[in-house]
Amino acid sequence: MCSNLLMKHWNGGGYALAKIPPPLWLLAEVTHSCPLQCPYCSNPLNLIRKQEELDTEGWLKVLHEARKIGAAQLGFSGGEPLVRKDLGTLVGAARKLGYYTNLITSGVGLDADRVAELHEQGMDHIQISFQSDSQALNDYIAGCESFEQKKAMARAVKAQGYPMVLCFVIHRLNIDHVAGMLDLAAELEADYVELATTQYEGWALLNRDRLLPSRQQVQAAEAVAHRYQEKFKGRMKIYFVVPDYYEGRPKPCVDGWGRVFLAVGPDGVALPCHAARDLPGLEFANVRDHSLEWIWYESPAFNAFRGTGWMKEPCASCDEREKDYGGCRCQAFKLTGDPRNTDPTCALSPLHQVVTEAALRAELPGRSSSAKPLVFRNRRNSPKA
Amino acid sequence: MAEADLNAVPRLTPGYRLQWEEVQDCHVLLYPEGMVQLNGPAGAILEQVDGQRTLAEVIRTLEQAFGETDLSADVLEFADEALERGWIRLG
Repeated sequence: MCSNLLMKHWNGGGYALAKIPPPLWLLAEVTHSCPLQCPYCSNPLNLIRKQEELDTEGWLKVLHEARKIGAAQLGFSGGEPLVRKDLGTLVGAARKLGYYTNLITSGVGLDADRVAELHEQGMDHIQISFQSDSQALNDYIAGCESFEQKKAMARAVKAQGYPMVLCFVIHRLNIDHVAGMLDLAAELEADYVELATTQYEGWALLNRDRLLPSRQQVQAAEAVAHRYQEKFKGRMKIYFVVPDYYEGRPKPCVDGWGRVFLAVGPDGVALPCHAARDLPGLEFANVRDHSLEWIWYESPAFNAFRGTGWMKEPCASCDEREKDYGGCRCQAFKLTGDPRNTDPTCALSPLHQVVTEAALRAELPGRSSSAKPLVFRNRRNSPKA
Repeated sequence: MAEADLNAVPRLTPGYRLQWEEVQDCHVLLYPEGMVQLNGPAGAILEQVDGQRTLAEVIRTLEQAFGETDLSADVLEFADEALERGWIRLG
């Protein structure tokens, strides 16, 4: 799962907040099954079981209903979406409905034939994630042997005529290898590279003390990224985003609650953000029981944090409230206990110290070796299993 | 970066798609994990970009369609911006 920069290119907006805008993005998390076990995964700890997943008909209904209310960008994500045998069918249907179809994949489960099948079905774009620049570190973080497969699949995707889009999720264990990652990307002739900062949700939050880089590491990586941006200008586009823990201002999570982004989980639960499932006091409706139109426009959960009316201080009177929407509701809840609080990554939050303290811990020498051991993301470690 | 001239043949960048979106009531440009909402003139110009015709021909078509006499400066200015933003390539 490497979708934390899904909204990065989005530069639209401008809707009056009084009027509910249509969803433009549908994230279809078709399964939580994944051959990889990345400890930075933003999936919930309670992974949805296979037997709870929507069937093909269920997903076709989701695609149809979301398109009807406006969604134009579609991300197939997970888990590993390739685990679904009906992915080709879903892609074909989505393309016919007029979606721009994105596959967000680890590359595991792909082969040249499947790339060709997806291309034939009209898949518009395939993004492959890597865990690091070397086989040893990549395979350690992924929890499985996958590095060579990823390289082969990156080449196969490009050979099919797609732009090659690579994603590296960055954290303490690999952030010192950013130069190596960009060398690898250049060697593979990537067109776009995302150095995606870990979002501390789900499994990543559980492993935060092992994964949060120090400020010094972030600054060094940023300098490397800028150097490569210059070096590869016009050939390979490189995106680097500083983690919100070190920014002093929260990111506009999902571009505002219920404003652009609609996620549907493997079991059919519709969410304004793929990490929102655990927020207290909200009942997220299932597409088996309600139309997406009702869920988007009418359901109490999607209206809970729309606009600015729900905000407490310091957000309520802040000049930046319509720029960052108070940050991430999930992060506010997980770190402060109340989803209505300002995202504590904001320096204006009265509880900002929960973030600065974690960042300070990341500065301690030898910190990562004394932190709790990494918990890899797999069904055995999932409380629901 | 090359500047757009009248003899250049513009085409959409590979991976980019232009389409009319009823719900948004505008043309949009779709690309990997992103979307740009286009205003009327931008949509009208990009609709004529087919990888076959030169910018001069695109301008002529637009002038006829909109009953205008000189759209050259506007279209060239837009083409430069679209080029800069990576939406189109010139052949």
